[in-house]
Amino acid sequence: MAHSAHHPPVGFLGRYVFSTDHKVIAKQYLFTGIFMALVGGFLAYVIRMQLTFPGESIPGYGHVSFVHYNAVVTLHGTIMIFWVAMPVLLAALANFLIPLMIGAEDMAFPRLNMLSYWIFLLSTVVLLSSFFVPGGAAAGGWTSYPPLSGSAAFSGGQWGVSLWILAVALEFAAFLMGGINFITTAFNMRAPGMKLFDMPIMVWLQVVAAIVFMLSVGPLIAGAVMLLLDRLVGTGFFDPAAGGDPLLFQHLFWFFGHPEVYVVLLPGFGVIGEILPVFSRKPIFGYRMIIYATFVTGVMSFIVWAHHQFIAGIDPRLATPFSITTILISVPIAIMVFSYMATLWRGSIEFKTPMLFALGALAVFLLGGVTGIHNGTPAADIFLHDTYFVVAHFHYALIPPVFFAFFAAMYYWFPKMFGRMLNERLGVAHFVFTFFFMNLTFLPMFLLGFMGHQRRIADPRVFDTLRNAQVENLHWLATIGAIGLLLGQIPFLVNLVMSLIRGERAEANPWRANTLEWTVPSPPGHGNFERQPVVYRGPYEYSSPESSEDFLPQNAAP
Amino acid sequence: MFDSWLPEAASSYAEKIDGLLVFITVIVGAWFLASEALLVYLALRYRRVEGRPAAYIPANTLRVMAVVLVPCVVILVFDLVIDAVAAPVWHEIKETQPPHDALIRVSGEQWAWRFFYPGPDGVLDSADDFEVVNEMHVPVGAVVLFELVAKDVLHSLWIPALRLKQDAVPGRSIRGWFKATREGRYEIICAEICGFGHTLMKSGLVVENQTAYRAWLDSQQGTQLAEAGHPGQR
Repeated sequence: MAHSAHHPPVGFLGRYVFSTDHKVIAKQYLFTGIFMALVGGFLAYVIRMQLTFPGESIPGYGHVSFVHYNAVVTLHGTIMIFWVAMPVLLAALANFLIPLMIGAEDMAFPRLNMLSYWIFLLSTVVLLSSFFVPGGAAAGGWTSYPPLSGSAAFSGGQWGVSLWILAVALEFAAFLMGGINFITTAFNMRAPGMKLFDMPIMVWLQVVAAIVFMLSVGPLIAGAVMLLLDRLVGTGFFDPAAGGDPLLFQHLFWFFGHPEVYVVLLPGFGVIGEILPVFSRKPIFGYRMIIYATFVTGVMSFIVWAHHQFIAGIDPRLATPFSITTILISVPIAIMVFSYMATLWRGSIEFKTPMLFALGALAVFLLGGVTGIHNGTPAADIFLHDTYFVVAHFHYALIPPVFFAFFAAMYYWFPKMFGRMLNERLGVAHFVFTFFFMNLTFLPMFLLGFMGHQRRIADPRVFDTLRNAQVENLHWLATIGAIGLLLGQIPFLVNLVMSLIRGERAEANPWRANTLEWTVPSPPGHGNFERQPVVYRGPYEYSSPESSEDFLPQNAAP
Repeated sequence: MFDSWLPEAASSYAEKIDGLLVFITVIVGAWFLASEALLVYLALRYRRVEGRPAAYIPANTLRVMAVVLVPCVVILVFDLVIDAVAAPVWHEIKETQPPHDALIRVSGEQWAWRFFYPGPDGVLDSADDFEVVNEMHVPVGAVVLFELVAKDVLHSLWIPALRLKQDAVPGRSIRGWFKATREGRYEIICAEICGFGHTLMKSGLVVENQTAYRAWLDSQQGTQLAEAGHPGQR
């Protein structure tokens, strides 16, 4: 299948731009994702500043009108989920790691893989261009509920939402191609001797995420096409005056939207699952249990979506059944989290930067996880729905996989990707800033939520209940936290650039890890493996009694 | 306790929701703190020490996996208890409709709330209806049945003091109820993004005693009967 992989490409363009090499495509996704994270981060800064200094001119942006504010909020959410979490966690990491971890020379369909990136890049250009069209970017929230998003008469701009829909549809086409590749590659191209249950957790979780994505995205694409038709040719899918129903879109959106949370969460958990055993020098606790928990999570993620709609006007009798499924999904997730914690038990833990971020991800995620119970309880949700409590909850649930696990992955696999080590001191500083300021940003939002502070308002002082010193102080704290969090990324960016230029050269296996990517040079050459590796055991045989060393690579002959 | 952060409670079910918030927070808060403490303990207790190798525990037998599975079963029990406690509160607020003393149609539009009162005959969409913009009056201690509609896009009727939130959906008329228990002036807010005027879409709720309410009704009926058409009529 991967014929092109046999012939190393020639020339700069063939090697670094129009490449079918999974490692190059991974890096293209990675850098595009990091760039979009900077855009999304800047929008977060605008949101925070506007809420703390409503109506004042924001350094670097200017005055934020209410129209702009809605667009900023919409694009912040859209970018962070679809243009950061997806390209970085799924596309970049899965592309780079799946072939290397299973001993394959490339993806099953390298050309499809390349097409995936270029369509993604096109979608990025379409999305970013929407800032500059008449009427501005989409401003209906990242969920783009109709009727607001269904007609220019309601939301202002004619172009913004249409471009938003086009960009999202293109992006999903790109990730479908990626997902097909991940699944096909993992199931068909494993090295001799590697059984399914010898695959690293990262590969498993990426595959489950890709399957969940493929099964859930169809309804959303249908919904997006219907919305686009409503906008452009006046069909009435979501227009009650024409016999349509606005709630239909919400069902289609969340039928995808909630599984999407796990599509993002699972690869992040995959990263943590790779790093904990290496830096504890201990097998992952309950490998199969974790994988089965993943399956259960994947299946259950399809029957929880209506918890986003408890008060949306659905039949109230649906609330409690959906609440039960929602609350039950906490069990497989708890199994994963506790298994990870049990991996530490009687280990020999080394606090290198990847491990700090992996542990930080767990520490932060715990709060995001438990506060899901608040939101998932319908009667409590009557109060909390659409408040800052929800905002705090999903940032606590998603920042651990999207940023903590991503940073952990960068510090861990950067040597393999680029052949150089990242600086450890800058890494620790990056972790300390990120962990501290993340909490400073989002803890106050739980309290704002309890005070009844609703989301997506551009000026809290409009409301009697929010016009007080407490609210102001909490916004101040969150804004200081957000600015600190953004500035805290400078050590990371400096580290990336400095280490790329003159970082310490990485050996093949700097962390003394077992999985196959560490058996090839850093960085691996075109085609990955000079000789076909043969696998004899699972990926987590650390401190095994069978070996005199504290690790035992998957391909070491018995 | 954290419930001092919550807004003033002024409806018959506000305290039940608050109680639930406290109940859930205490349970999951205890789990959160215990898990966080365990995580920190494990990380520090088993940090790398020369001469102390890691143990080889792949945990591939149910016996060992029980370390994880048993706490998860306990979580499951707590989860179900939370839903068992919460379901009746939801049922009372959203699935039942006590006999009502007053009927009001609430209509959201970009960017205002309109309130339609049925007039002396107690029936909406009749000639004696009257309409008020951006201020709803209700009698204290009375069960108010509302019919929630939306004219253009989604809105969400959010009255923090009553712990009442319900989306308004074009094409649907959603019924609900509340009983305000404390006289005063409260805010009615739109909690669903509804365009660039979203932030400014707010109204007042006046909860007053029967005498004041009657007087207000009379004054409104007198001045508004002449108004043509009933925009709230669907």
